[in-house]
Amino acid sequence: MSNFSKAFSSTLGKKLIMGLTGLFLSLFLVVHLIGNLQLFKDDGGKAFNEYSFFMTHFTPIKIVSYLLYASIILHAVYALILTTANKKARPVGYAVTKGEANSTWSSRNMGILGTILLIFIVVHMSNFWAQYHWGKLPYARYEMNLNDATDVQVTELPFDGKHLVHSQYVDTQKGTEVVVAKDLYKIVSESFKQWWYVVLYVVSMIAMGFHLYHGFQSGFQTLGFDHSKYKPLIDFLGLWVFSIIIPAIFAAMPLYFFFLK
Amino acid sequence: MNLTLKVWRQKNANDKGGFVTYKADSISQDMSFLEMLDVVNEGLTKKGEDPIHFDHDCREGICGMCSLYINGRPHGPKRAITTCQLHMRSFKDGETITIEPWRATAFPVIKDLAVDRSAFDRIQQAGGYVSVNTGGIPDANEIPIPKTIADEAFNSATCIQCGACVAACKNASASLFVSAKISQLALLPQGQPERYRRVQAMVAQMDAEGFGSCTNTGACEIECPKEISLTNINRMRRDYFNAKFFKEEEID
Repeated sequence: MSNFSKAFSSTLGKKLIMGLTGLFLSLFLVVHLIGNLQLFKDDGGKAFNEYSFFMTHFTPIKIVSYLLYASIILHAVYALILTTANKKARPVGYAVTKGEANSTWSSRNMGILGTILLIFIVVHMSNFWAQYHWGKLPYARYEMNLNDATDVQVTELPFDGKHLVHSQYVDTQKGTEVVVAKDLYKIVSESFKQWWYVVLYVVSMIAMGFHLYHGFQSGFQTLGFDHSKYKPLIDFLGLWVFSIIIPAIFAAMPLYFFFLK
Repeated sequence: MNLTLKVWRQKNANDKGGFVTYKADSISQDMSFLEMLDVVNEGLTKKGEDPIHFDHDCREGICGMCSLYINGRPHGPKRAITTCQLHMRSFKDGETITIEPWRATAFPVIKDLAVDRSAFDRIQQAGGYVSVNTGGIPDANEIPIPKTIADEAFNSATCIQCGACVAACKNASASLFVSAKISQLALLPQGQPERYRRVQAMVAQMDAEGFGSCTNTGACEIECPKEISLTNINRMRRDYFNAKFFKEEEID
């Protein structure tokens, strides 16, 4: 075995994979959140649908997206491998344990929280990601007046196999710009009108908050990074940005559609 | 004080074992936890029963021999002390106290509450030393070491190998112990020649012994009687990854 593969088969190496994929997924959340803020735009979903097309068809982003899928799978698989090994390290458990005396609740329940998140990701991706790629999505036609950006006519079109995924042209005679796009916005807004879907999303985002409360700072430690100068910054970001602000804004999306749309 | 003890009794490593309840009556508040067990054992011996087997030696909190998982925490409810330094005044009269051995695959039960911690010795033997030729005594100030570094190395060196970190960890990971033993040498000039060979050998032995992996819960740091800090584990990781990924030659 080479030094490299020996490193990755050690407990430290396996945890390194967990840490690297976990931090990459955290970074992805930031990008995902910023993009999805367009759901709050009151434009019939034009910005969001254009963004969806860009994210699925721009090559550099496609490459990163494959890295993302690999990270999700690796993170889950290694979690399973490590948890199994850790259970084997203590086959006879304690009759009485006081975990709350020495560690945070999140740190002791990463597996449960992660499982909730995995279920969420499967539901989330099969409903939106898979639908966008292979589903029979309806289309939306946006006709904008070139002289007045606020004048946008939205027409909903049914699914048509002959349609292009996305088209955009300028009608100089009418003085309008026309965009025909897959209407993912409609799928999103319809999904978020179902109460159980909203509950699933909100619960999952709470789970994500707790998962990242331990996970974000733990990821850095797993890489060996705990410089006393920067550790407070990492802890601060882990608490406020990754376990409160990001999950809260994500949870606000289904709530916004359910209550305000 | 009158107490009820729920004690783990197990004849040997192959026995299944189970809890046995004992009464510990007229216990003084000033007794240490081990003295309380001595009193219980005295009673058991007089009755012709097998006394409770537990590890102890110096009873001054420095040898690392005593253990015991008391009411869900290694070395009991107090911080920064070993079981021998735990006094009965830390408990309430009439309380039920559950006493269990350290639980880990790498620490098989010898009998009752005593476990075999020789896995730690094997990790130490894998690289927890400095190879130097004997010779004349070097001058005390020959090798300058900054105070902060010397202090940090000393903090790491205070580890007494009791195994509370393994007992406290939900994954039964030995990372705190192993990293303290690596750090105490990695921080000092004398430890440099073998630094990267040492970290690889000791981590490999740690894994071979069947300890779990570290998930940074921080439980070990809180329960450690010598307050060895989590930063040692991060230092171990840096040295390990450094050795594996960034050294031109393989040092194995």
